[in-house]
Amino acid sequence: MADVHNSNGNYAPSSGAILRLKVGLAEMLKGGVIMDVTSAEQAVIAEKAGAVAVMALERVPAQIRAEGGVARMASIKKIREIMQAVSIPVMAKCRIGHFAEAQVLQEIGVDFIDESEVLTPADEVHHVDKHAFTTPFVCGARDLGEALRRVAEGAAMIRTKGEAGTGDVVHAVKHMRQIVKDMRSLTVLGEEELYAAAKEFRAPYELIRMVAKNGRLPVPNFSAGGIATPADAALVRQLGAEAVFVGSGIFMKDSINFADREEAEIRARAIVRATTHFDDPKILAECSEECTGAMKGLAVAAMDQANMMQTRGW
Amino acid sequence: MPNTTQAQGTATPRIGVLAIQGDYDAHAQALREAGAEPVLVRKPEELAGVDGLIIPGGESTTFLKFLERDGFLGSLQEFVRSKPTFGTCAGCILLATEVRHPAQASLGVLDATVERNAYGRQIDSTIQTGETRLPGGPLEMVYIRAPRVARIGDGVRVLAERDGFPVLVEQGHIMAATFHPELSEDRRVHRRFVELVRDWMARASESNRQSDSKTS
Repeated sequence: MADVHNSNGNYAPSSGAILRLKVGLAEMLKGGVIMDVTSAEQAVIAEKAGAVAVMALERVPAQIRAEGGVARMASIKKIREIMQAVSIPVMAKCRIGHFAEAQVLQEIGVDFIDESEVLTPADEVHHVDKHAFTTPFVCGARDLGEALRRVAEGAAMIRTKGEAGTGDVVHAVKHMRQIVKDMRSLTVLGEEELYAAAKEFRAPYELIRMVAKNGRLPVPNFSAGGIATPADAALVRQLGAEAVFVGSGIFMKDSINFADREEAEIRARAIVRATTHFDDPKILAECSEECTGAMKGLAVAAMDQANMMQTRGW
Repeated sequence: MPNTTQAQGTATPRIGVLAIQGDYDAHAQALREAGAEPVLVRKPEELAGVDGLIIPGGESTTFLKFLERDGFLGSLQEFVRSKPTFGTCAGCILLATEVRHPAQASLGVLDATVERNAYGRQIDSTIQTGETRLPGGPLEMVYIRAPRVARIGDGVRVLAERDGFPVLVEQGHIMAATFHPELSEDRRVHRRFVELVRDWMARASESNRQSDSKTS
């Protein structure tokens, strides 16, 4: 199997120079914070706070949740404005299975595409064939099987789904723990048991075998969905996340109103610092003290199953 | 002073990897394969115990945010002026005397002008194989949103080029690459840096011994 690993143990078929480049960019984002932004002004705030990338959006998940309706790819004008405004990588979301939106995003040159459950799905069976693109993709997952199905389709990065737009970290934690637990369970299996494991996880045998051998995903494993404070970021990092996506938690005061600019700036800086120093309680205390408040949020436990975004994706 | 000279000839170099953010894990693994012991460095005081340093790929703007705090920039500047340091991609940008596109602060120890994202966005990232002055034939070079070295000073030695622009350079105890040798299997570039660190350690222990014998 040596030919499908690069020196990092990452998934990289010897024929797949493009896949190596995709995973390579994901490697560069490790240890950092990727922030949702809805304007060039917010993108600049994010870059100045030390974000490693921004996610260009029309509305953040909390707004999408509050306003309802069909959520689609952001307007191209908005994405271009954000690309013009910052020097760090710019990501954008396409709907699950909407390969034409993905083609558009690749055409305008975004650096990473998030095939995201936050938008309204465009296909109830299929995800985008991500091998068909030169732009790397990130996809959400709640367990190892889902993560590996996305990797099989060509995802270069996995993130936990959590429950976006809530400011409640509970499902980001649940999904990260689940993925880590699933991976650990594979490492103790015998070779002959991996075939049944592949069936159980509904994932390709080759990828199951790779995880059993290395004890980790074949691509970087990030966390998203409800992270709102420096301590939240440190929590998911300690649970195994290699980097953190923060959506509504930085720029929103609640589901409808934006936070004060100064408050958002402080929060952005503090979350960036906490993500790097995730295992240093002294620095985490400083980061937490700097923040004057957090998004009001929405408790996931009180939500209707039908309102959850995480169940989108197959 | 205890005499550690004998041990240092064969000692495994402890090489720091700046781990604010970026592909520091890949560098740590590459260093192990090249015969060094990697040490992740996240705080200025952690520079004290290492014989050399790698500044990895990642986002140079993010690195600078951390360096602006707690006197990190000053400590790092002092380190890179005297001890072997290797920067790849974002690390190369930080080492340069001048940064463009956009202009930003840097450590200024590599006599070069570096342009950020000079080849375009991720879609323009590429893997190429090119000639190098390192022994052992052509070298694979992984470029990811790569910067370009637009100008170098007289003291800078070019070890590899892409389209006439330097991509792997040395200047005294400083090494820099605009590509990512840590993402290839070929360990020649990291072995070269570990050698640089070993030479530096040998010289440092030699000068220690000389100053010891003078004082005794």
